[in-house]
Amino acid sequence: MYSHPFSYHRAKSLAEASKLLQELGEEPRVLAGGQSLIPLMKMRMARPSALVDINFIPGLSGIQSHNGELRVGALARHTDIEMSEAVAAIPILHDCAAGIADVQVRNQGTIGGSLAEADPSGDWGAALLTLDTSVTCVGPQGERAIKLEDFIKDAFTNVLAHDELVREIAIKKPARNSGGAYLAFKRCASVYATASAAVQLTVEGKDICKDIRVVLGCVGLMAIRAKRAEEELRGKKIDGKAIQRAAEAAREAAEPQSDMRGSADYKRALVAALVKRAIGIAARRARGERVEAGHEYVGR
Amino acid sequence: MSAVEKISVRIRVNGEAREAEVEPRTLLVDFLRENLNLTGTHIGCDTTYCGACTVLLNGRTVKSCTLFAPMADGGEIMTVEGLSTDGALHPVQHAFAECHGLQCGYCTPGLLLSTVHLLSKNAQPSEQQIRKAIAGNTCRCTGYQNILKSIRLAASEMEKR
Repeated sequence: MYSHPFSYHRAKSLAEASKLLQELGEEPRVLAGGQSLIPLMKMRMARPSALVDINFIPGLSGIQSHNGELRVGALARHTDIEMSEAVAAIPILHDCAAGIADVQVRNQGTIGGSLAEADPSGDWGAALLTLDTSVTCVGPQGERAIKLEDFIKDAFTNVLAHDELVREIAIKKPARNSGGAYLAFKRCASVYATASAAVQLTVEGKDICKDIRVVLGCVGLMAIRAKRAEEELRGKKIDGKAIQRAAEAAREAAEPQSDMRGSADYKRALVAALVKRAIGIAARRARGERVEAGHEYVGR
Repeated sequence: MSAVEKISVRIRVNGEAREAEVEPRTLLVDFLRENLNLTGTHIGCDTTYCGACTVLLNGRTVKSCTLFAPMADGGEIMTVEGLSTDGALHPVQHAFAECHGLQCGYCTPGLLLSTVHLLSKNAQPSEQQIRKAIAGNTCRCTGYQNILKSIRLAASEMEKR
């Protein structure tokens, strides 16, 4: 399948990319890993008149720990994040990176592209909303840092101006007594998840939940912060009953639509089950236990 | 659009420098098949799902139906045609033949490259790691059991070398 024709522009720096986006008017698109954009273009659901390829800009794919922050370059591939030692200290990020689509897509797809695409079924949005995450963007007026919760406005819509690009994602490292988990259920590796749950919680003493964030993916136009689910646990003892109440609250917070991946009722049940398990895993990790978690699909 | 814009793309394919003038929308898989006549790389679903078009780009597997050829400009590609040396099969190819790891063969070039990539990163993968590594390659004939056997044999044969 061939996309609609477009003119191709290779940027050597973000400043040049921003300038190209300005000169090319409202219709150009930024080409990063291309793993969302190219399939859409081949199906002619996206028909940009021009592409600004940022893959050749040096220095945009680093992953570094700095001052209690993890800084991930916009062009870091999901595989780079999966393999990064700096990322291994924040298990929820590894859970997410290691299970996005399949090996080939992870080798090419980028975190910056995934966030900018703002696909309601994307993985990074849900996982990163459980942490203090900001998106550093570059435009003609210079740089600005946008909190992730303000960066995504709606399904497939971010707040970037047409000549602005993502440079880096900055993630505040959680405390030592904090643990997280990202669970996503997929029908097979290469497809989007049917539903996902991201939980990051901080434990005080043996089993008191000091703080918690619960975010649901694929069950709304954007990732949903399930605040009532959080309230069921914040400041309380983490036990089976409290976890069950949080899972029920998450089920109610979900706004799924019936589609080829499942009925709305099925997705609500699925999201409740995922939240329940994610809380358990996050709590064990907060206490220092090593637990495997991530995307789940048949054959895995 | 007036005259069709073409740009020059230079890629080292299987160790050889290759170049062609193509429309920017040319997919990498079509660049390989149509411009370079390397038809070993297959187009299966053409929707980033099946992995029949898998090639190595700078040592990592990618789905060549989901890259525009200019994105690989200046890079190194390995396709199934580059696996054998002087007519001798690559150990991964040999293992697939030995274990009957293919039936119709359509998915095989992609699976071979996914296996080469896996074993280049992890010489002795666990069963779970093998399954995860080929999760992006669909086979509609074998039921995968003989593919798993082939990969295990390839790993042990390559370890002996």
